[in-house]
Amino acid sequence: MSGDKDLERLKKEAVAKAKAEAAAKRKAKELAAQGASEEAPADKSSGDTADDLAKKKAEAVAKAKAAAAAKRKAKELAAQGANEEAPADESSGDTADDLAKKKAEAVAKAKAAAAAKRKAKELAEQGASEEAPADESSGDTVDDLAKKKAAAVAKAKAAAAAKRKAKELAEQGASEEAPADESSGDTVDELAKKKAAAVAKAKAAAAAKRKAMGQAEGGDEGDDLAKKKAAAVAKAKAAAAAKKKAAEGGSGSGDDAKAKAIAAAKAKAAAAARAKAGKGAATEEPTEPKQPSPNQKYLDKYVEIIKKHLGEEVLEDSYINNLSKDVPTLVAKREAYYKIAEFLKFNESLGFDYLSEIHGSDFETHMEVYAHLYSYKNKQSVALKVKLDREQPEIESVARLWAGADWPECEAYDLLGIRFTGHPNLRRIMLGEEWIGYPLRKDYEPYDVEV
Amino acid sequence: MIRTEEVLLNVGPQHPSTHGVFRLVLTLDGEVITNAEPVIGYLHRGTEKIAENLQFTQIIPYTDRMDYVSAMTNNYVLVHAVETMMGIEIPERAEYLRVLAMELNRVASHLLWWGTYILDFGATSPLLYAFREREMILNLLNELSGARLTFNYMRVGGVKWDAPEGWLEKVRDFVPYMRKMLDGYHQLVSGNEIFLSRTKNVGTYTKEDALNYSLSGVNLRSTGVKWDLRKDEPYSIYDRFDFDVVTRDGGDAFARYECRLAEIEESLKIIEQAVEQFPEEGPIMAKVPKIIKPPKGEAFVRIEGSRGEIGCYIASDGKKEPYRLKFRRPSFYNLQILPKLLKGQNISNLISILGAIDIVLGEVDG
Repeated sequence: MSGDKDLERLKKEAVAKAKAEAAAKRKAKELAAQGASEEAPADKSSGDTADDLAKKKAEAVAKAKAAAAAKRKAKELAAQGANEEAPADESSGDTADDLAKKKAEAVAKAKAAAAAKRKAKELAEQGASEEAPADESSGDTVDDLAKKKAAAVAKAKAAAAAKRKAKELAEQGASEEAPADESSGDTVDELAKKKAAAVAKAKAAAAAKRKAMGQAEGGDEGDDLAKKKAAAVAKAKAAAAAKKKAAEGGSGSGDDAKAKAIAAAKAKAAAAARAKAGKGAATEEPTEPKQPSPNQKYLDKYVEIIKKHLGEEVLEDSYINNLSKDVPTLVAKREAYYKIAEFLKFNESLGFDYLSEIHGSDFETHMEVYAHLYSYKNKQSVALKVKLDREQPEIESVARLWAGADWPECEAYDLLGIRFTGHPNLRRIMLGEEWIGYPLRKDYEPYDVEV
Repeated sequence: MIRTEEVLLNVGPQHPSTHGVFRLVLTLDGEVITNAEPVIGYLHRGTEKIAENLQFTQIIPYTDRMDYVSAMTNNYVLVHAVETMMGIEIPERAEYLRVLAMELNRVASHLLWWGTYILDFGATSPLLYAFREREMILNLLNELSGARLTFNYMRVGGVKWDAPEGWLEKVRDFVPYMRKMLDGYHQLVSGNEIFLSRTKNVGTYTKEDALNYSLSGVNLRSTGVKWDLRKDEPYSIYDRFDFDVVTRDGGDAFARYECRLAEIEESLKIIEQAVEQFPEEGPIMAKVPKIIKPPKGEAFVRIEGSRGEIGCYIASDGKKEPYRLKFRRPSFYNLQILPKLLKGQNISNLISILGAIDIVLGEVDG
């Protein structure tokens, strides 16, 4: 009996210990997060537990955003690195040594990227926490939900700002131009820049050292393998170059490098032409004057009528979209969008009575709403576009003109966060009101990892 | 004194007559619906977001799962959008295979609708007949693509598989058989008194309403609008076939019923002609680059799916993945008119009205 009891007690103790440990761990984690962002005092001062929860949520969102930014930046860096490497590859003598050097460079760049990423994360957290106290000061405990949402928005904004900063940093760090740019006034920025540059330099130096050592101890098996690989790569490249040269034909008399470059350029141009015009177009001269689209007359008509009735200044742009079956495309100015839509529907000679499609897109520099309209009377299509500010994507709803725009606008609101003013019932039609963030935005990071 | 108050009735999300996960919150005054609020999104899988990280060929299986009853047309709208952007010319044989696949699929889709619609009214045997014929089509498509429902058959530049030996003959034989069966359907259901009383003058809307609510397909044609993208904005090789655009003027559930059955006949006409014209030899794939990269820019194309206008918008930044991909899903647009149709109706008409719109929830939710 007593043995059983002991066992029980031991078990209980173990459980308690585990729990305590888990709690401590959690606490440590929180503290770490708070410590980094200097949020601990702000947290304590508010003392509202519901608020705390909201803050944590918002923090998580901000962090996710920062992580997304860092990820994207790292990707860019990698792409940059690759781009920088590509021309060097062609011009160099393709020796194994060079390859190793390039590898070292790439490593250095990747490290710099990682450092910048870390920095960006910190920045994001800082930014988030800087804005948080302002939210707390309102002191209104009644409308918790509204507050939570506001806080989340503020933090998301801070995160976005931090992200932009991080992007800049990454670009600078990669090109090692940080020291030259130090005249900027932002101290946080400067510090980060310096650090990133220093890290990059240190890593590059270390990598170079390692490379030198590796060369000295030529007998190393791993190195041998690497060398062999590099040699194989070099050979493959040389073979490819020779092939290109052969394809070019008759260029043997010229400079080797030049001939190679010419062949490469030609191949690229051909590929581009093929991609552009599809089958059979490669034989055509790309400079051939384009036939005016059969829809040009419709576009001219639309633009003329709109300008006559609504003024010269309502359209930002108008063109024939050759990629999209030559559809006449109108880009409305934001203020004039609804007016133009209304005009397109009710004008006698236009009569676009059918809304075929409306949706939004996030182009990172701006948001866009794209509507495809059709006139059953004239059997004609038109695409109406409008560009929106990405921070405040808001536009008049056209659901009053075409009832069919109701749900699609809800969808754009749900997935992209575009607010349609004057919409009869704007709601998150797919994901529900509880969802945090707008998934179709390019910088979206899921808040709940389990989803 | 009779005490009256409104009753809130929740239909779905799991309800057989919604044909998927779809919820309706009804406000009832007695047996009359005073308000209806559709709740959707249960099947939202974020196809458009997923697609932003996929190459175009990898996206095709995702289109199968939007309108899973008519996957061939979904396949087609995506590859058509990419081909339009890249200016790819499709080999004849591939075009004919595509048209055959799409029209067979359209017939199968309408058959499924017919069977389940009558089933909703309580008649079980028509479903069995419809599924018997549909099964033959699915077998044909299975022989062609290797799948019965999610075909993943089309590719940018052509189709994945050539028709197996003897396939065309089977398709040719299917046409007269289906015509005969179609006559049987009409005898069995189309004149049935109960059926007529439940569909005639039920869920009626006007041509203006249909256009205003962006309805398309049969939902639009049942109000007398003669509009079919296969005819009016011909894509693929539809301009080579002789067929009619079926319209009815009633604008009610029965008009939509008639339209769908008549459309089966028109599809059979197209299939018959396509089999006749089918090129003996030829490639089934155009010469396309290994990695498909549409040029920078955007495009929106639309085609006539089984349920209406399927659109595909691609914004490309010249990479192998789309920058933004958007599908105009006909069921999503068509379903919008439902609250308007239900207001003031007796609750027993709900099934009839909802069924006649012919939605597929995979498509509604995207």
